[in-house]
Amino acid sequence: MSTMDKATYYRDIRMVPFDLVKELVLASAGVLIVVVVLAAVLSSPDVPPVTIARWATADPVDFVTTAASELAGSSTSADYGPPYNNNEGSVQTLWFLKPQSWAGVHTAVDPSNQFVVEPLQQAAVGNAALTAALSTFQSASSDQQTSWLDAYSKALADAKVDNGQVTVAVGDYGPVPVLMNNLLGLARSGGLDGLLLASDRFFATDYTRSLLFMGDGGYLEGLAKEQKLTGNQWGMMHETGRYPGQAWLWLYTLGYQIPPFNQGHGFLGINSGNADLAITVMMTLLTLILVLLPFIPGLRDIPRWIPIHRLIWRRYYSDLKDGQRAATAKPHDSV
Amino acid sequence: MSRAQPEEPTGGGWTGTIRNQIAGRLPLEELLPTRQPDYVRSWVYLFGAITIAALIWVMASGVVLAFFGPQWWHRSSIGRFFNSLHFWGVQVFFVFLVLHLWTQFWAAGWRDGRGPTWVIGVVAFLTSIVAAFTGYVSQQNFDAQWIAVNAKDAINATGLGAIFNPLNFGQAYGIHIMLLPVVVVLLVAIHIALVRMKGVVRPIGAPAPGVSGAATDDTEASA
Repeated sequence: MSTMDKATYYRDIRMVPFDLVKELVLASAGVLIVVVVLAAVLSSPDVPPVTIARWATADPVDFVTTAASELAGSSTSADYGPPYNNNEGSVQTLWFLKPQSWAGVHTAVDPSNQFVVEPLQQAAVGNAALTAALSTFQSASSDQQTSWLDAYSKALADAKVDNGQVTVAVGDYGPVPVLMNNLLGLARSGGLDGLLLASDRFFATDYTRSLLFMGDGGYLEGLAKEQKLTGNQWGMMHETGRYPGQAWLWLYTLGYQIPPFNQGHGFLGINSGNADLAITVMMTLLTLILVLLPFIPGLRDIPRWIPIHRLIWRRYYSDLKDGQRAATAKPHDSV
Repeated sequence: MSRAQPEEPTGGGWTGTIRNQIAGRLPLEELLPTRQPDYVRSWVYLFGAITIAALIWVMASGVVLAFFGPQWWHRSSIGRFFNSLHFWGVQVFFVFLVLHLWTQFWAAGWRDGRGPTWVIGVVAFLTSIVAAFTGYVSQQNFDAQWIAVNAKDAINATGLGAIFNPLNFGQAYGIHIMLLPVVVVLLVAIHIALVRMKGVVRPIGAPAPGVSGAATDDTEASA
């Protein structure tokens, strides 16, 4: 709109002095005071991160159970699917939509080797017992490995922790207990944290392996539940220590609390198994409506039907009604 | 000593075209007006200004945090204070951004050719949400771990895991401190420029421009 157009637009509108810069400066000063007070009084959340070492020390049975599932290839990460591997355990589809599969593998993760075998190979240097156990395991048939790991995993249900070692009832587990207790020791020492983060380029900022490993266990989720951070606890809405979280995602997180998104059987092909995809599709559609709202007949008329604008411009409508606006308008007041 | 002023070239190529477009569409008196319609003296117009003010402090505290690095605020009390400024600045930013959005909805702020202003504003809001998310997963604390582990499933389910891995701190941090701030600030700048170019929309039901007594009650985006 050109200047002339704007002059026409505001022709019969009373114009008043307005200091835009002053308003912005005062608003900035006011906001600064508020955030300084909030920061000084309430600080901000900073619960220390969980390390593999802390996990292995605090809950060694959970660590070993998770590690055994990684070695067996039966963990959530091992069976996940894209973008980590070609399996389908966590692949979500909705009707004809299969974006996860379409996108393919882009962050290749091999939990059995990367989380367990390769770290143990590095720890085996100078450790004859571990070297032998690794050799025995790797030279065994796949069926034999599965048999040892199945038996060991079942025995872990009644495992005990003795002097930093996880012990289970006597059984045919092959070299698995040796492997797992060495991995536990490596984890407790902090060595596994470094090995999972290590890259062949020295510098590292990618925590994918560590976080997938911890996410497969129960320890991390248990801590999150204590802080009421899980999905069904409206976790997105707050952070640790009752600090506010991403409250602006309230509609998104609401989806996880209601049917059909939180039900196993669901409705119209939507259920808890594909809730992430279904809710994202729903939110994408709602977002598009929000973006294009000015151009959608009916929706754009809601503000006219529900006269909340009467509150926004209360004084204007009052003046209009009384005829005061016309009486006080002066020609030189127009733009 | 006086120097002869060169004549203003006609046209001026691309540079002249861009300059003339800017000067024609958004002259300084429109960018920094000293007079506004009387109806702008409503408290709802403060919401946008407060949102911009909060964004200024979010950016300022973010620059300090980025300068000293992602570990600094965990080890230093002054760093923790700046992180707190950043954290609460973001909260204030979103509270008033949402209030601004709601009040502009009820005011049907897209009327009379202001549809693009609404669209850019909503896109800025959405971009801010992504910026905040990358900030939450860049905190390097327990919250960041848990949010990243949880969010990966939703991101992967949409196929976006092919280009964004929330478990990769380096990627999330880089996007958070460089890419998204630039995009948010650019979108907000365009939004403000559009507001200044078009002026503040007339109240719903106000007499049609230049036609005394004739009320308009449409809420269409186009003029």
